[in-house]
Amino acid sequence: MKTALVTGGSRGIGKGIALELGKSFNVVVGYSSSKDSGEEVVEEIIKSGGTASTVEINVTNIESIEKAFTAIEREYGGVDVLVNNAGITKDNILPRLKEDDWNDVIDTNLSGSFRTSQRAIKHMMKSKWGRIVYISSIVGMMGNQGQANYAASKAGLIGLSKSIAKEMGSRNITSNVIAPGYIDTDMTAFLTDEQKDNIIEQLSIKRIGKPEDIANIVSFLCSDESEYITGQVISVDGGITS
Amino acid sequence: METNEVFEKVKNLFVEELGIDADKVTMEAKLEEDLEIDSLGIVEVVMAFEDEFNIEIDDEELTDVGTVGQAVNLLHSKL
Repeated sequence: MKTALVTGGSRGIGKGIALELGKSFNVVVGYSSSKDSGEEVVEEIIKSGGTASTVEINVTNIESIEKAFTAIEREYGGVDVLVNNAGITKDNILPRLKEDDWNDVIDTNLSGSFRTSQRAIKHMMKSKWGRIVYISSIVGMMGNQGQANYAASKAGLIGLSKSIAKEMGSRNITSNVIAPGYIDTDMTAFLTDEQKDNIIEQLSIKRIGKPEDIANIVSFLCSDESEYITGQVISVDGGITS
Repeated sequence: METNEVFEKVKNLFVEELGIDADKVTMEAKLEEDLEIDSLGIVEVVMAFEDEFNIEIDDEELTDVGTVGQAVNLLHSKL
């Protein structure tokens, strides 16, 4: 069975993806701070008959990435499927946005995905099969008030993914981006009911998204059946960008 | 390590990593024309060299490498 690593897999969208991939892959739930939640995800996968474990991975730290991949290689052989989901927000409008907050968000969301992808690609090239999925955001294409750093990092993932798709296509490695809209997670928990109602009004499908909505398409993009789809950006947003 | 030992190791890597016919791997063979290795294939070979010989190869060092023999000489000079 092939092995999938989901960064930020202990909570939110990452958790949903990890649970879904648990039906077809050995799943490694990457966490940076939420070890206990990561263990719960693993337990849930194992209870459903899958194979899973956690690994500590801080995507801003190359040594942490190396340590995590070495551990995965020892246990499972290598990472065949990489889902770059780990991300943070540090919102503020431009005149108030601190350079540190800009750098931290770019470093985690964009550079972190570069680091994990580079580390993972060697094994994928060797086995002539690989799937990389980046969890971007519709704000990477639309922009958003107070999220210049986050939006830039999520837009950057698109260029990263499309380039990898071109470089690695001849080795049966695909690279795609999912751009979620408003999904019910900790990252959107700050929205008031009124704000949620306003968002829902703009949607074609009249509800906030669920992590499962993202997990289903990610699962397909990680399968053999999706081998002719690469370099794409797929919005899963209830129609807000349509 | 003697040059011919390096050549034998290099030959093995070409055969194992890229599935190239052992007969085709001679010192004179051109990587792109004779062995039909694409640019990504060259990267794979270099990564395999780095692992096998425990060395690091800079991109600049590769600019003059067009044949198996030139690769062998580069590796030999670095060991």
